[in-house]
Amino acid sequence: MKAIAKTIAAATLLISGSAVAGVVAPGDVQFVEAAVPVSLTGVAGDPAKGREWFANRKLGNCLACHANDDLAEEQFHGEIGPYLEGIGDTYTEAELRAIVINSKEVFGDATIMPAFYKTDGLNRVAKKFAGKTILSAEQVEDIVAYLATLKE
Amino acid sequence: MKRTVSILAGGLLCGVLSTAALADDGRELVIDGETIATTAVAADDHPLDEIISGWRFRSAETQALQMDDFENPAFVAIEYAEEIWETPAGTSNKSCADCHGDADSFAGLRTKLPRWNDEMGKPATMEMLINASIETHQGAEPWKWESAEMLAMTAMIGLQSRGMPVALETDGPMADWIKKGEELYYTRVGLLNMACANCHEDNYGNMIRADHLSQGQINGFPVYRLKWGGLGSIHRRFKGCMDQVRAEPYKRGSDEFIALEAYVASRGMGLSVETPSVRN
Ligand code: HEC
Ligand code: HEC
Repeated sequence: MKAIAKTIAAATLLISGSAVAGVVAPGDVQFVEAAVPVSLTGVAGDPAKGREWFANRKLGNCLACHANDDLAEEQFHGEIGPYLEGIGDTYTEAELRAIVINSKEVFGDATIMPAFYKTDGLNRVAKKFAGKTILSAEQVEDIVAYLATLKE
Repeated sequence: MKRTVSILAGGLLCGVLSTAALADDGRELVIDGETIATTAVAADDHPLDEIISGWRFRSAETQALQMDDFENPAFVAIEYAEEIWETPAGTSNKSCADCHGDADSFAGLRTKLPRWNDEMGKPATMEMLINASIETHQGAEPWKWESAEMLAMTAMIGLQSRGMPVALETDGPMADWIKKGEELYYTRVGLLNMACANCHEDNYGNMIRADHLSQGQINGFPVYRLKWGGLGSIHRRFKGCMDQVRAEPYKRGSDEFIALEAYVASRGMGLSVETPSVRN
């Protein structure tokens, strides 16, 4: 009995261990057309956390550019990008993931929307942020899970 | 010339609509009975359709502070500069006034800056001209770019040109510097990978969270910014915008910022000098 419990614990460790090791690095993200079908973390994101990252000025700060009725309690929604009402109906999760990771793969190089999970091809990044992404793989997945809940 | 693509059309449309709303709000900048033009007609080859002062994009309260020199918090610094103007200093033991007389002898200077300077071998900004005079004529220690003295003096000398249209010399050796500045203006930088043009050309008139994006004109500088609780230079503002997009900013007084200042000044030709203006 004890032995079984031990093996299960070990197996769980192995799984979560490999999940971390299995995080897709920014340079390894595979775009399939305008979508990224595979989760960056191998697990589903947490929409409640995603909602927080969406508004947080130091993280997604998506609200700087996008209005979103679901966050009516937050003051000042931006007008740079489209309204995100019903965005979960418009795009699949794989497409939303691609937009958040690097929207230039979806909308073209001219878009103002930053790439939230990318480290290369950038110019004069402040030393403090060199080699970093705006969002972690987990935060990207949380935001994708959150966007998927925005249905009409 | 407008460097936008159709995919931005949604955002642009918003921009056009809210810009129109702005232009229609009817408020004019009148100080001491004098109307100061806050828009200018853009030449055909100008990247903007209409040139608009940053004052137009501020809230009614902030606008009002600039409409009355007694309310304008920058005037404390103007008084400070008037004191310095009269105070002898350095090995010459002379004051600015001893050589230049009344400060209004500098009327018009602000409209021409940055201006090519042979001795320096580059365009001179107001800060550089002031320091050159302090060092070579007055024989005193130059001021730091963002020091209280420099901010006060650049504002006070700039004030002598208030209401006059920006009229930069863009030919001759200035042309290369303006070109260099233009490159910087359109180059995306930082972790957020944005250029000045993304915000101030493609999206002026739009809200970016709580900020109403202007064209990023410099006719009001140095400006008194409520957030700074004091005056700030053009180069401080450039640095602030680069920090926002998580880029490594250039140094104040660097060739890059001088070039950028020259280019941004050239984009605002025809706008009136508003120094010292008030921003939130
Ligand atoms: C600096 C501005 C900016 C920021 C910040 C920004 N976006 Fe965007 N976003 C845009 C623009 C502009 C578009 C439209 C595509 C275009 O025109 O380039 C867009 C498009 C989108 C779309 C597709 C909308 C549609 O109707 O097709 C989604 C989804 C989206 N953004 C999500 C996000 C999320 C999530 C974040 C934060 C993690 C974010 N955006 C941050 C500017 C921004
Ligand atoms: C992420 C968007 C963004 C980018 C990119 C950006 N700025 Fe700004 N800038 C702002 C905001 C927001 C303000 C404050 C509101 C306003 O005046 O537009 C501002 C203000 C300014 C002002 C003050 C205008 C006034 O009337 O007080 C100047 C000048 C300026 N920016 C120049 C630049 C230059 C030059 C660059 C490129 C190095 C740049 N900005 C890049 C967002 C940006």
